[in-house]
Amino acid sequence: MTLAAGDAQVSGKEVMVQMVDICKDYPGVRALNKVSFSVKKGEIRALVGENGAGKSTLMKILTGAEAPSSGEIWIEGRKVHHMTPAISDRFGIACVYQNLCLAEHLTVAENVWMGRFPSRFGFVSKRKLIDKTRKVLSEIGYAGAIDPTARVKDLNASQQGMVAIVRAISRDARVVIFDEPTAVLAEREVAELFRVIRLLKEKHLAVIYISHRLEEIFEICDTISVLKDGQYAGDAVTTETHEEKLITMMVGRELSASHYDPTRKIGEELLDAEHISSDVLEDCSMSVREGEIVGIYGLVGAGRTEFSRALFGADPIAQGTIRLRGESVQLKEPRRAIDRGMSLVPEDRRRQGLALLLSVRHNLNLPVYRKNGWMGFVRPSKERETSERFIEKLLIKTPSARQKVKNLSGGNQQKVVLGKWLACESNVFIMDEPTNGIDVGAKQEIYALINQLARDGAGVICISSYMPELMGLCDRIVVMKSGRTIAQVERSAFNEELLLSLAIKSPNAAQTQEN
Amino acid sequence: MSKWNLNTQVVVLLVVVALWTALSVSSPNFLTRDNVQNIMLQMAIQGVIGVGAVVVILTAGIDLSVGSVVGLVNIVFAQMVATALLPVWVSLGIVLIVAAAIGLLNGVLVFDFKLPPFIATLGMMTALRGVTLLISKGSNVFGLPRSISAFAKDNFLGMPHLFCVLIAVTVVVEIILRRSNFGRYVYALGSNPEAARLSGVNTRLVTYGAYMLAGFLGGVAGSMETARLWMGVPTTGTMYELDAIAAAVLGGASLMGAEGNAYGAFIGALMMTTIYNGAVILGIDANYTKVFVGTILVLTVAVDQLRTRRSG
Repeated sequence: MTLAAGDAQVSGKEVMVQMVDICKDYPGVRALNKVSFSVKKGEIRALVGENGAGKSTLMKILTGAEAPSSGEIWIEGRKVHHMTPAISDRFGIACVYQNLCLAEHLTVAENVWMGRFPSRFGFVSKRKLIDKTRKVLSEIGYAGAIDPTARVKDLNASQQGMVAIVRAISRDARVVIFDEPTAVLAEREVAELFRVIRLLKEKHLAVIYISHRLEEIFEICDTISVLKDGQYAGDAVTTETHEEKLITMMVGRELSASHYDPTRKIGEELLDAEHISSDVLEDCSMSVREGEIVGIYGLVGAGRTEFSRALFGADPIAQGTIRLRGESVQLKEPRRAIDRGMSLVPEDRRRQGLALLLSVRHNLNLPVYRKNGWMGFVRPSKERETSERFIEKLLIKTPSARQKVKNLSGGNQQKVVLGKWLACESNVFIMDEPTNGIDVGAKQEIYALINQLARDGAGVICISSYMPELMGLCDRIVVMKSGRTIAQVERSAFNEELLLSLAIKSPNAAQTQEN
Repeated sequence: MSKWNLNTQVVVLLVVVALWTALSVSSPNFLTRDNVQNIMLQMAIQGVIGVGAVVVILTAGIDLSVGSVVGLVNIVFAQMVATALLPVWVSLGIVLIVAAAIGLLNGVLVFDFKLPPFIATLGMMTALRGVTLLISKGSNVFGLPRSISAFAKDNFLGMPHLFCVLIAVTVVVEIILRRSNFGRYVYALGSNPEAARLSGVNTRLVTYGAYMLAGFLGGVAGSMETARLWMGVPTTGTMYELDAIAAAVLGGASLMGAEGNAYGAFIGALMMTTIYNGAVILGIDANYTKVFVGTILVLTVAVDQLRTRRSG
């Protein structure tokens, strides 16, 4: 970027944090590419971008949790050579996370002063502890509302958030980062949080506010920085921009080569889910036909994974119907779904997809032991045949079928998960982030495989946070937001801005779009 | 090391061979027919429980209740035969069913009530011991037929019957673990229960099955104990569960689940019995022996941890 390091010194009184040309490389991926970012004292700056745009990585670098590959960090005009969590803390940079890191069984006061207990002769001075907590609480107008001696687990979500904020203030924070702070809050609590954030602004703290909810950003932030695919995509002053403009900044990528295969023949309806509700889903519907690839798009937390798990019988459904080939079914266990030809490639293959300590062969055969066995015993010849066939078919790179899966690379592990379901001869594939964390080559192979499955007559439901991936692959995209399926877009109407605005916009704005 | 991919069981077996060689050299009384039969007899019961312990440990669980199952089965079996005068075979069938049912109850507590296995089976251990003492009113049960005692004393092909039972149990469970769907599911459940469930494994039945098998083998061990003691002793079996877990772990079972096998428990039991027996032969104070066995147990696992971490 053109912002030279000198700028920070010139305007040193104003600028609190200045990050210049930050790059971050992970093996095989560049997560951040020459990103510059700054925030001034008394400013509330929003950091927005699609999933995976690099917002969290940038903040991790600022708090010292991750080291940048290159680039400079200036705090109040002073260059920081090696940012570590300890240095970051000394500069007064504090973070209030979406899932708060509080010790639930300890009291409010203990949480606030954790690691810095006021002591007398080596013993914690309880009264001092409580008095000091009361004082900070009163600074944000919570003097009577939160009891310093209450246990954190007995507080509600909004009060817990306040405890995290109080902890930050008590550490003389001068930069406070809010990472999706409203995800767990009700509307009234959001208003309360905003009041406190404005208070921080009045005290000349620098506030960085990360959120997917554009309406909140327009309500509270002064300025906005936009990231797109790990790159800086522009700045804006809130009063001079609007939602449409922001969304345009967040997308507008050059589409990579399309993986779309128009030769597929779309057949009969395989799966039809209507009005599915559960404790996290509300009125979700979708369908998939033979030979069809349907995408589910939505921001993190929109309920995509929950929906896919509900379809597969992995999580209970409160209401709604699922029909397979027109026949209404009750899938209380994944086992039942598998028996009816469904399969799920879960989001987190290491935690949900694979038995890491077991061999490639064992994993590939896991769903088919029931089918291929004889009187409850494994037929070794069949088992070997299955594993050899799919190691060969999917080009799984492993020294032998007996290798433990944990020793394979991410891409090959994912192929084992896929191979498991190919062995099962499923006809409805639900794939949750199937290319997550695997290298480019393996991604291409998985796209080719998804197309092959559809050509052979299977229906594929593909969830991805990366919109170009879905746009390159799918016949249709279902958009989810806040646990609901809110729109369905046909391939002919695919458009990045449209999809993102459906997924991100405040409800009333989205409605006008539909009309 | 790369060429000779030694697994834990083979390493422990080599240690046992070394121990036997050393003991044979240092004492003429070790490698005698009587003493070897003695070792077989001593390891039989521990081995059977150890094999059961492996099955539960493979699911990343633990069963502390088997020692109390041994005690309960011993008393109930003895009372049915000596007091109620039921035929031996009928009594045996009943106690084995009871033992399996106790295992099923453990499985229900672990799977359906989501209790940590340690707590569920600790409670079961304590409660069963109480039941055993209540049933027996704290006193021994005598009057078992001589045939029962003869079974324990007699040999088959030069091996005590009880040891033959251990061999049979080890072979059958090893085949179940290696070759049955249930066995495959036990390993999968231990490695990753969620992945197993999402792959269509009936995790409930597998959990029940593992604990039932362990309970059943506790019942087998209790029956063996009855034959060995030739009476009912309400406190018998105390601490057996810990010896069994030690045998399983010495034989390569990982308490994190999914690693270990049945013959490992056999080898583990053989190793512990060899040490106890050798110490007696060499005239070493039994209290020192305990210190030694405890140290060996910890060392074996520590060395194994280092070894697998380096290679894996």
